[in-house]
Amino acid sequence: MTNGIDEISGADFILAIGTNTTESHPIIGLQVKKALRKGAALAVADPRKTEVASLAQHHLQLKSGSDIALLNGLANVIINEDLYDREFVSGRTENFEALKESVAQYTPEYVQGITGVSAGVIREVARGYAGAKNGTILYTMGLTQHICGTHNVLAVANLAMLCGHIGKESSGVNPLRGQNNVQGACDMGALPNVFTGYQGVALDEARAKFAKAWDVAALAGEPGLTVGEMMDIAGKGVRGMYIMGENPVLSDPDGGHVVHALESLDFLVVQDIFLTETAALADVVLPAASFAEKDGTFTNSERRVQRVRKAVEPIGDAKADWEIIAGISTAMGYPMGYCSAEEIFDEIAALTPSYAGISYARLEEGGLQWPCPAPDHPGTTYLHKDKFVRGLGKFSPVEYIPPAEEPDQDYPLVLSTGRRHFHYHTGTMTQRTGALEEFYGEEYLEVNQNDAAKLDICDGDKVKVTSRRGSVKVQARVGDVVPEGMVFTSFHFPAVAINKLTNAQRDPVAKIPELKVCAVKVEKD
Amino acid sequence: MAEVSLTINGKQVAVTKGTTVLNAARQAGFSIPTFCDDPELSKVGACRMCVVEIPGMRNLPASCVTEAMDGMEVYTDSPAVVEARKTILELLLANHPLDCLTCGKNGECLLQDYCYQYGVGETIFTGERHTYDTEAENPFIVRDMNKCIVCGKCVRACAEIQGKNIVDFAYRGFDTKVTPAMDVPLSESECVFCGNCVAVCPTGALQEKVLRARARTWEVEKVKTTCPYCGTGCNFELNVKDGQVVGVTSCNGDVNGRALCVKGRFGYGFIHHPDRLTKPLIKKDGEFKEASWDEAIGLVADNLSRIKKDHGSGALAVLSSARCTNEENYLLQKLTRAVFGTNNIDHCARL
Ligand code: SF4
Ligand code: SF4
Ligand code: SF4
Repeated sequence: MTNGIDEISGADFILAIGTNTTESHPIIGLQVKKALRKGAALAVADPRKTEVASLAQHHLQLKSGSDIALLNGLANVIINEDLYDREFVSGRTENFEALKESVAQYTPEYVQGITGVSAGVIREVARGYAGAKNGTILYTMGLTQHICGTHNVLAVANLAMLCGHIGKESSGVNPLRGQNNVQGACDMGALPNVFTGYQGVALDEARAKFAKAWDVAALAGEPGLTVGEMMDIAGKGVRGMYIMGENPVLSDPDGGHVVHALESLDFLVVQDIFLTETAALADVVLPAASFAEKDGTFTNSERRVQRVRKAVEPIGDAKADWEIIAGISTAMGYPMGYCSAEEIFDEIAALTPSYAGISYARLEEGGLQWPCPAPDHPGTTYLHKDKFVRGLGKFSPVEYIPPAEEPDQDYPLVLSTGRRHFHYHTGTMTQRTGALEEFYGEEYLEVNQNDAAKLDICDGDKVKVTSRRGSVKVQARVGDVVPEGMVFTSFHFPAVAINKLTNAQRDPVAKIPELKVCAVKVEKD
Repeated sequence: MAEVSLTINGKQVAVTKGTTVLNAARQAGFSIPTFCDDPELSKVGACRMCVVEIPGMRNLPASCVTEAMDGMEVYTDSPAVVEARKTILELLLANHPLDCLTCGKNGECLLQDYCYQYGVGETIFTGERHTYDTEAENPFIVRDMNKCIVCGKCVRACAEIQGKNIVDFAYRGFDTKVTPAMDVPLSESECVFCGNCVAVCPTGALQEKVLRARARTWEVEKVKTTCPYCGTGCNFELNVKDGQVVGVTSCNGDVNGRALCVKGRFGYGFIHHPDRLTKPLIKKDGEFKEASWDEAIGLVADNLSRIKKDHGSGALAVLSSARCTNEENYLLQKLTRAVFGTNNIDHCARL
């Protein structure tokens, strides 16, 4: 996020794209509600009638996967009606002419044809956002899990820069992170192309720095494989895998393909707190400690580094993940003798400029938002204040492309997936709480009433959902939460392993799979 | 900012204009009891426990809704004030089940604290008592409206923190009750079970179901930590008894204040779930067998080393975790890059 979470309540126009904020990020949702109580306007772009959409002045029920058309349409109105921030555009950005040219064809009427959102609403939202003192854009996976996910994000950035709604308190571009430490995992270099703090593996000086710190002769400069690519060549190029705390069998698209990939490995080791669907395929399973049983830090969506504190001893013989990793390293001839998580954190801070000023001692006083380059630096609540990381912000024109798999005669409905309030991710934890699963014990498929009538499906009927890749059975919930032509469910329930159906087609840049759109058919079971 | 100067119990005090008498007194180090006041919620002046004596003012004003004025003279513990507070407590006790021995909030209850402080143990008032059934049919929250002192904090927390308006006052007079619309149980309302009402309730009327059944308030050790679920990063306190996490309570989180969602507040049961892995497992002939750490680590190291030797570093790949700590993610990429010799590391950030 470019802003802090509490700054959301200071916005006077919030554009929430593909985020059911109040359900997926309930406490961030409270900030949105707070802004509304203070008189802010809210526009929600989501095909579904979500809870947050019900709070909005404008609910843009756009067709799945048509976000770029919508965003370009908003930019079109803002430029044509001369509502953009000239000072910001001339002083802090470049490539404006190219953007202007590319969005010229996205007139509200043209965009209405693609998205299904009326031209009048597009104009109103464009005027509202451009005219706001503080405009904030929120988005999550609803925007990024498309083959054009990277372009979607660029289109959002274009819009924010056009109106100067970035680099200010309560004005910014705010992706909300789904998992507790996605931000931290990225910051720490658990990515194929960067070390900690986004220092590129391809940069000679970065490699030299880490090689020296780690006392190795050399480090590979070639970026590695992404998770999808690993699965594609498992058993061929990739022979051995080490998976820590992830459950790709349920969370990744085209689950059948993932199982096959992992089974074809020579050796698979999985480290987790439960025997997940992925761990069941392993040759060796290592029992890890849960968050309550270890020390460490998480970094949240607003880049705030916060302490995790050990409250109880690890269950049975389980060990903290860091202790297990160190053990394996030592057994492979590279001794790691860390005595505490703090010792590891100090090493991170020494190698990572944006974390350099953070220490456990300082975190005792409260969390710190990176960049925090020095021990006396207060941390950074919002980014891009006077300039962007690259200097001038560059407008990147992007074109709408339709989803990779559109409905057709055989598979006439669009399946979209997401999260539910009472559960989390693949359900490994929330299905075992003695409370959440008791209250919300069975997943269902949202079906529009008109489609249901055509398919002769009643509320509560068991239905079979089938895509070109697989099928699952699930109970139908008939209503108007989803528009005609769309069905929706979550991926929290192993019994409804919806990712057997989803499409592993990936965005060519960020390699994010298109989990939000695939074509399915639904039949009464 | 403009200041006003007043005397409280004879002590000269200067505060910013607009400060309530209650806050002025607290800033000056005098404690005043309150049931319905909360710094995060709107002021209603409903419980009247915070009354003070201000010569020249009619009756005893509620200090939480009285603005401190220049030259004001305030007495927070005069005989009249103490008498008024005792009467309020006696009236409350007259209609309160005195089952502190078995109440889960015993030791963390303002009614109990103030009765102790003001020496109110019995009540001269007799009369009708409520006989509501306890509502315990959802797995998260127990509601015992017999213990409700109608302070309205839960109503305001639901409306002003959670933005939901699930509970409100219903009926009138003696029958006044805090309840969802149509007096249905919470589970039949639109309640999202954030428990933010429970976190502000001063008595045992609203309780966390599991926590309060498993530990007396003074038996738990509280450890502040960060939520393991979504990327908001709420802080809360794990309540630990006999080496087990028995519940979660709010603390003053950087991001969330006292607010939590249902997952953070009530989703901790997985920690001690019987399905937890407790021993390393090695697959032999398609079946998992328990193993020692030495054996398991040795096997992992041997296999990974062998693959690296036979097929090169690029034949190894690692998935790190958006659920694990920074330290663990750092260490795993260090292992991957420095020891395995490859950049084949990723995690499910894209999912
Ligand atoms: S649990 Fe949350 S939503 Fe339900 S009544 Fe209490 S504050 Fe309102
Ligand atoms: S339930 Fe608790 S918070 Fe709500 S009015 Fe009664 S005593 Fe106050
Ligand atoms: S308490 Fe809820 S909103 Fe807060 S971090 Fe946990 S899951 Fe997210």
